[in-house]
Amino acid sequence: MGKTPAAVIGVGQTHHRAKREDVSMAGLCREAMDRALEDAGMTLDEIDAIVVGKAPDLFEGVMMPELYLAEALGAVGKPLLRVHTAGSVGGSTAIVAASLVQSGVHKKVLTVAFEKQSESNAMWALSVPVPFVMPVHAGAGGYFAPHVRSYIRRSGAPGHIGAIVAAKDRTNALKNPYAHLHNEGTTVESVLASQMLWDPIRYDETCPSSDGACALVIAADDIAAVSPNPAWIHGTVMRSEPTTAAERDQVNPQAGRDAAAALWKQAGITSPIDEIDAAEIYVPFSWFEPMWLENLGFAEEGAGWKLTEAGETAMTGRIPVNCSGGVLSSNPIGASGMLRFGEAALQVRGAAGEHQVDGARKALGHAYGGGSQFFAMWVVGADKPAN
Amino acid sequence: MRRHPQDRTLSAPVTVSFDYTRSVGPVLGRFLTGLRDGQFVGARLSDGRVVVPPPEFDPVTHRATADFVDVAETGTVTSWTWVSEPVAGQPFDRPFAFALVTLDGTDAPLLHAVDVASPDEISTGLKVRARWATERTGAITDVVFVPDTGTAAPAAPVAGEGEVTGIVTPVSLDYTYAASPEESAFFRGLAEGRLVAQRCPQCRKVYVPPRPACPVDGVPTVEEIELSDTGTVTTFCIVNVPFLGQKITPPYVSAYILLDGADIALQHLILDIPVEEIRMGLRVKAVWKPREEWGTTIENISHFAPTGDADADYDTYKHHL
Ligand SMILES: [Zn+2]
Repeated sequence: MGKTPAAVIGVGQTHHRAKREDVSMAGLCREAMDRALEDAGMTLDEIDAIVVGKAPDLFEGVMMPELYLAEALGAVGKPLLRVHTAGSVGGSTAIVAASLVQSGVHKKVLTVAFEKQSESNAMWALSVPVPFVMPVHAGAGGYFAPHVRSYIRRSGAPGHIGAIVAAKDRTNALKNPYAHLHNEGTTVESVLASQMLWDPIRYDETCPSSDGACALVIAADDIAAVSPNPAWIHGTVMRSEPTTAAERDQVNPQAGRDAAAALWKQAGITSPIDEIDAAEIYVPFSWFEPMWLENLGFAEEGAGWKLTEAGETAMTGRIPVNCSGGVLSSNPIGASGMLRFGEAALQVRGAAGEHQVDGARKALGHAYGGGSQFFAMWVVGADKPAN
Repeated sequence: MRRHPQDRTLSAPVTVSFDYTRSVGPVLGRFLTGLRDGQFVGARLSDGRVVVPPPEFDPVTHRATADFVDVAETGTVTSWTWVSEPVAGQPFDRPFAFALVTLDGTDAPLLHAVDVASPDEISTGLKVRARWATERTGAITDVVFVPDTGTAAPAAPVAGEGEVTGIVTPVSLDYTYAASPEESAFFRGLAEGRLVAQRCPQCRKVYVPPRPACPVDGVPTVEEIELSDTGTVTTFCIVNVPFLGQKITPPYVSAYILLDGADIALQHLILDIPVEEIRMGLRVKAVWKPREEWGTTIENISHFAPTGDADADYDTYKHHL
């Protein structure tokens, strides 16, 4: 028995901000959920199951928040699952929700992912000193900066590639009313002039710290078929690997390469750059755009930066990346992966508004987390998959 | 022979604490504003029940709660438990009761503390009354319950202006961190000025610190090897950003150092060289603290400093990036 075809029929998100002091965690989730349900033309009572995702509990200081959220999320009397895969959680949460429909267990699943970073300080939460070891850790930026340096050395990329990505994503964000950052006039020069935080990563090459949530309604084919513009799920893949291992490739991780290969196969895609019309890739630090272009197979190893430099990842390029402004413009960590998945769905539904890629038929949603060790990705399409 | 874990593993206390700034939203904000002003505020739900505190969303209609009602400050204990040994952060530093109190006119109980001296003074059915704190901030700790003697304590004046929109929630967790037996051997070696690594019996890779399980083969790294304290900087970053809880004053260089003979790099600090001169391939040597300052920690090595030798060839470390 094959999978039940499934589609995204509702997408909702909050206006992402540094501090959403007007809402609680429950209120933040419901803002995204109510928009997704309205988009799907559905009520919470019609939903069969709820899947919630967020990043480490230390970010808000509430252990297992899904317990207290159950009633507010409308999960009473329904299955409520919580997923946790660090920064990739928004993506893997959507995949778990999709699998509940594809397996035939449920027909209508609502999934929501959130982070309320203003309740604490993620940099602190990611740098809690461990006894006996050297306290050189400095948050996510401190973790990824050495690997960005390795990428630059390995690929021979010019030093301004990261700034091209940052200027592009911040400019794209001006077209997205939900984006946290709306920084007019961000240019390669202004990014290069910004403060070096974790050399080689500059302030403007870094994602913001955001409060926000994203929600999706995923439905089985008989329900999706009567939706005006379903985003059909053509493939979903998750892969993991250890944070550290001898000779582990930290620049181009095996788990990401394997996940991408499996994803393209599932989705029947032989040339990703030619067949994907829009990609929402998890880029929290600008240099990860060229790094993931290679990891995902949009470019040969060492050549991702050439696509970025040539403008091919801009909205008008060969492979538009992060037309929404991406993680560089909004980063409610737990929701950031689901935003990538949801924005991909909006593109193929023709519902992305000002940041719509004309005629997008197939799109990629991608997320990664931990020390580049958890990968989650999907391909959605305007057409129902053939098999 | 069985050995107790404490004989072979090192442990140390860790405290993780933060004052979380919690936004409460409009519904709980209304409840907390009431507490600050000496008034219980509940909600009338779509099924007609009156509940305090008000849930943020109606459990039947799922709509945001909007029908607020003022509720009496007297009620009845419907169940309780005795706290004979209070811990930090609880409502009292002396024994007390936690109770489910159903306030008069409401349909569901509120969990709170009752100030009585012994379990003989509380029972299911006991009538209780609110005792408001003199200083109130709009928090659940603004009030406790006491047995109702029939006379209300004089209401304290309203303590603030505007709506309560947030609370500060201090969280502090005390852990005992335990290093694995393999890591403990590494840290004990450091206390003698030695760098102890272990080789995986299957892939033959040398891990420093050693692992309870090789991440590739899933078997313990058992064969012990002593490494020299020289190595190569594979990659690094310069930390310029200050942050809460930081132990080293920025700017500092956090580097991956591949010790000679190891197959995995170790993270440490590079000093004794201008930061702009630090580079991939730089050859470095450990600078140890004075022996009398040593413990079972990697911090026995103050930092790594250049050896002055020619840089390592890229090909010798490129597979460690
Ligand atoms: Zn091994």
